[in-house]
Amino acid sequence: MTLHPILAALRKHKAGVVLISLQIALTLAIVCNAVFIIGQRVERVNRPTGLDENDLFLVSQQWVGAPSSDDPAGVEKLDVMQKEDLAALRNLPDVASVTPSNSVPLLNSSWTGSVSIKPGQQLGDKSGTRTAYYFTDEQVLATLGLHLVAGRAFTAADVQHQGARDQRDRPVIIVTQALADKLFPQGSAVGKVIYSDGSSSPSTIIGVVARLQIPSTGSWGNDFAWYSTLVPTRLDSSYARYVVRAKPGRRDAAMHAVPAALYAVNPMRVLDDDESVKSFADIRASAYRADVGMAILMGVVCLILLCVTAAGIVGLTSFWVGQRHRQIGVRRALGARKIDILHYFQIENLLIAGVGVVLGVLLAVGLNMWLMTHYEMTRIPLLYVATGVLAMLAIGQAAVFVPARRASNVPPVEATRAA
Amino acid sequence: MFVHYLTLGLRSLRRNPALTVLMVMSIGLGVAASMTTWSVFRAVSGNPIPDKSAQLFTPQVDNWGPQQNEKGEPPSALSYTDAMALMRAHQATQQTLLYPVQLSVLPGGNRSLPVAVNGYAVYGDFFPMFEVPFQYGSGWSTADDEGHAAVVVLSGEFNQKLFGGADSVGREVTLGGHDYRVVGVTRHWDPKPRFFALFGSGGFEDPADFYVAFTRALDLQIDTTGNNSCRGKLTATGWDDWLRSNCVWVTPWVELDSAVQVARYRQFLDGYAADQQRAGRFAWAPNVRLRNVMQWLDFNHVVPPESRISLMVSLGFFVICLINTIGLLLAKFMRRAAEIGVRRALGASRREIYKQYLMEAATVGVAGGVLGLLLTAAGISGTGLLFRPEIARLAHLDLSLVGLTLVVAILASVAAAFYPAWRAAQVQPAWQLKSN
Repeated sequence: MTLHPILAALRKHKAGVVLISLQIALTLAIVCNAVFIIGQRVERVNRPTGLDENDLFLVSQQWVGAPSSDDPAGVEKLDVMQKEDLAALRNLPDVASVTPSNSVPLLNSSWTGSVSIKPGQQLGDKSGTRTAYYFTDEQVLATLGLHLVAGRAFTAADVQHQGARDQRDRPVIIVTQALADKLFPQGSAVGKVIYSDGSSSPSTIIGVVARLQIPSTGSWGNDFAWYSTLVPTRLDSSYARYVVRAKPGRRDAAMHAVPAALYAVNPMRVLDDDESVKSFADIRASAYRADVGMAILMGVVCLILLCVTAAGIVGLTSFWVGQRHRQIGVRRALGARKIDILHYFQIENLLIAGVGVVLGVLLAVGLNMWLMTHYEMTRIPLLYVATGVLAMLAIGQAAVFVPARRASNVPPVEATRAA
Repeated sequence: MFVHYLTLGLRSLRRNPALTVLMVMSIGLGVAASMTTWSVFRAVSGNPIPDKSAQLFTPQVDNWGPQQNEKGEPPSALSYTDAMALMRAHQATQQTLLYPVQLSVLPGGNRSLPVAVNGYAVYGDFFPMFEVPFQYGSGWSTADDEGHAAVVVLSGEFNQKLFGGADSVGREVTLGGHDYRVVGVTRHWDPKPRFFALFGSGGFEDPADFYVAFTRALDLQIDTTGNNSCRGKLTATGWDDWLRSNCVWVTPWVELDSAVQVARYRQFLDGYAADQQRAGRFAWAPNVRLRNVMQWLDFNHVVPPESRISLMVSLGFFVICLINTIGLLLAKFMRRAAEIGVRRALGASRREIYKQYLMEAATVGVAGGVLGLLLTAAGISGTGLLFRPEIARLAHLDLSLVGLTLVVAILASVAAAFYPAWRAAQVQPAWQLKSN
């Protein structure tokens, strides 16, 4: 079968051809980029924080009428209050372990700074990098479920405390593997010394954990998303956060018991009903709400888009089949088999869709480039585009099959009837 | 004739139910997707204070220097030192400094445990500058600012909780363990986005419960609950050191009523930064900004990227639906070539045919619009899936959106019908009659 008669016939239906190929082109452009966005978001949402997130929850509370953290006596009093809280929480029957911490991954409330292998270096110096600090105590590894890959964990003797605005030396710290590799690309970081926030007093790395994400999920933290530093220091202020690991499967019971236990220690505090005791699953859900929502929206749009395009092809092809009833009858009468008629419409669709996808690839790449300049988007991999092209061609063939089959069933006798 | 074509159109919708359903769905889905995302977009990208947005400016002064600032831009808030210097210089018609605070309060009633309430520490100029509406009393005076007065303005909602909505001006309220005298109660006031306090906030949080005097809040050493951003080696220990540090946390706003005043204020800022350079505090050339409300919202990317991208995707989707509709209308109209031929032969002009088919498309548009409206309502209730709750609840179906949905649906389907109706009007009566 030659293409010539198909092309000649298409020339008679310029409008329809243009409409279908345009529709295929635009659909391809949007679907490719949408699926790419879905892929990126899913990847982002699925990256592990480094924590063992099951059975984990966070308590954020604020004392009322607490002493000032700006004078030493106030700091001592606050520290006693914090230790009382920690003891009360650790005594709960459903609680496995508790650690104080200024933040947790995905909470989007962070204390960031810079670390360097040279003393007195300002941020922006090549020998250092940005980092996010977790101020915590000796129970941090067990509570968060972090994996120590080298060195040792904090001991109770390492733990200091300070007012939230004080500056104190940090003799020992634990860093993530990613940060260790960044600062000491040659090898083991344990026992090495680094300097934080332009300080000239050294901090010795005593341990390295496999992975720990920083609290921020915003784009400004992308450059140092895995560069976390653990400092064995309780921060004392009128505000305190406790990370709690419940015994396996007892998270909800433990969360339920927390307010009463803390009020029993000291009722003069603010514990909001829904915000103050939050499971890590909820923290994760609210951090990635926009990403999950975006993925779902894009998915729904793609699905509807493909259906609309397929329906459009079915509609227009049906119209053509109806219009050409007589011609089909003539062809059948002249000896064309059913399969020839079927192939005719299939090839015709392939041609139109072919034009559409060529245009669509250009549009898809153009749209991607535009998104790259305006939003945080990376270059779309060719695999996505190639898959999109094949999918569009397949959908075109699937959509054309029903009307084409109907065309092939036109009996030769049609040729003798009036149109 | 109008009514006649309308009835013809409706009748024709019933003739090819499959094609009709396809077209109506196409228009309906396209309109609904666009309108849902538009309802969110218009809510987040609106001007929160339309009549004054061009007169309100937030000055920025680079106290970090080229090595430590964010890509050459001065920080988005001021250090205490610079903030107080601008306040003392008093170069604008009205000016305020502000930062967000959280205090505890014993609400009384059947709850004996304290709750946290959120508000701002501001200067007295804040209220007239931002046109805060008052239910009782008013803001406080400059004398109160200078006297570090323990004064508070409550929001109407908070006044309802504390005093049952009564006129509480002159009464005392204990916030964070300190007493304040109520001088005013606002009406509901919640500009979205919250343009004046974006340092450490996305701009769509719950409205403030109270406003206390900035000078008093500093005396009581009340911490900011917004961002506090510092650079370099931190030596601060305690409150006073922190005030003297390079940490930025204070948001300044000034009201400048004329272009001349704006130019003069810019000059003043440059001069201030130059003075600091001469004094040795800054080791870099003056780097200042003076942005008005809309520029400030833009600079802070207050419109979430999700909103923009989803709006664009929906518009693209709508375009595809329209192209689809053009194709389907073409098929539908051309299928009736014979009927058109008869009408033309009986004396109908091309114009009449054209009109009739546009009208038929309009009926498709109406049906699509109604479907679109239902889907938009469903879509808006589902925006919570994509946006944070504080943004999602801004999207709502109001009369203007209902009208817009219907109008867009009808216009779009009529526009889609231009070409198919033209083709229908071109049908040659003789040819059609002959082949019949």
